[in-house]
Amino acid sequence: MKCLSVDNVTKRFGDITALSGINLDFYENKIYGLLGRNGAGKSTLLNIITGRLFADEGSVTLDGTPVIENEKNLSRIFMMSENNYYPESMKVSEAFGWTKEFYPSFDMERAYDLSERFGLSPNKKIKSLSTGYSSIFKLITALSTNAPYILLDEPVLGLDANHRDLFYKVLIEVYSENPATFIISTHLIEEVSGIVEGVVVIDAGRIICNESRESLLSRYCCITGAVSAVDAFVQDKKVIASETLGGLKNAYIEGTVVKGSLPEGLNISGIDLQKLFILLTNKGGRKQ
Amino acid sequence: MQLNFDDERPIFIQIAEQIEDAILSGAFPEESQIPSTTEISVSYKINPATALKGISILVDSGIVYKKRGLGMFVAEGAVEKLRNKRKDEFYENYVSKLVREAKRLNFSKEDIISMVERGFEE
Repeated sequence: MKCLSVDNVTKRFGDITALSGINLDFYENKIYGLLGRNGAGKSTLLNIITGRLFADEGSVTLDGTPVIENEKNLSRIFMMSENNYYPESMKVSEAFGWTKEFYPSFDMERAYDLSERFGLSPNKKIKSLSTGYSSIFKLITALSTNAPYILLDEPVLGLDANHRDLFYKVLIEVYSENPATFIISTHLIEEVSGIVEGVVVIDAGRIICNESRESLLSRYCCITGAVSAVDAFVQDKKVIASETLGGLKNAYIEGTVVKGSLPEGLNISGIDLQKLFILLTNKGGRKQ
Repeated sequence: MQLNFDDERPIFIQIAEQIEDAILSGAFPEESQIPSTTEISVSYKINPATALKGISILVDSGIVYKKRGLGMFVAEGAVEKLRNKRKDEFYENYVSKLVREAKRLNFSKEDIISMVERGFEE
């Protein structure tokens, strides 16, 4: 099976273990959401995948061959990150040309078309771009490379609501036209929840969830009703969190409930991805 | 059209239902083309695989069909088919619930029938 594999990767910075025994497979032509709280290890993981950081243990392979020091494999992976690696005096148009040197399948026509749709002037110097437009420039570059694996670290940082909306639409257009594997690391979970097919949740350097969004969400639900009725119904179920409002209670449970088996007066609802993320990563609090 | 991401039903089911609603309302008449998978996924901002799964449900139940190279079209007789399907769901979702609640409150069958009649008159 064609995939980008992270095998048993561990990374330490001094005494701190940033990543601990990470095993992941990112399959061909799927969109993944890489979710985690600040400092969970998302960027470290992406940097190891692209060879910008070295793992202390473990390896990253693409279709079975190592990525590190392998130009052919590295040219199949493109990463957009917060850091800017282009010389600041370079113009946007020059940077597109430069990227094409490393990624021969870079689609210049798409890059200019997207620049126009986002209102980015190709004659501008990169250093003169605002935070939002700097992100837009990097996004357009990433979406034009046609690399089979595209990693987006906080792609919508500094983008206004209109530009974020446009980005998600453009992402789906590009993906429909030229399928590729996208790994999107973001804190705006609600906005990508319909787009991602696979969900990877990383917490304190460990993978706590790695499955399709659909199967993940189908395993959890929320039962709402009067406190006593909810308590009675969930007593033999795995409750992951609950909240009360006066005499009303919401119990978030792991496991499926057949709608017809619900006693009168209780309601069932799904849990959206962002809420579920909060519940899963709140466990045990958070220490720095 | 609106998707509800915290609905307990998966997104692909909601997509299928919304297209069904559009067919029932006449927005997508029989033998007319429905939006493509890409158009649906871009406008709802959902994964194309999810949109495709929603449309596949409609293909499997004979509501829409594929014209090679052209796209997806509403089948002849789709409205009738959907109305029958919705009739069954209507009974499940509304009538059986209504009768259960009526029995709980000790309303008679005649009470309920006269209320339904009143509903139709208003």
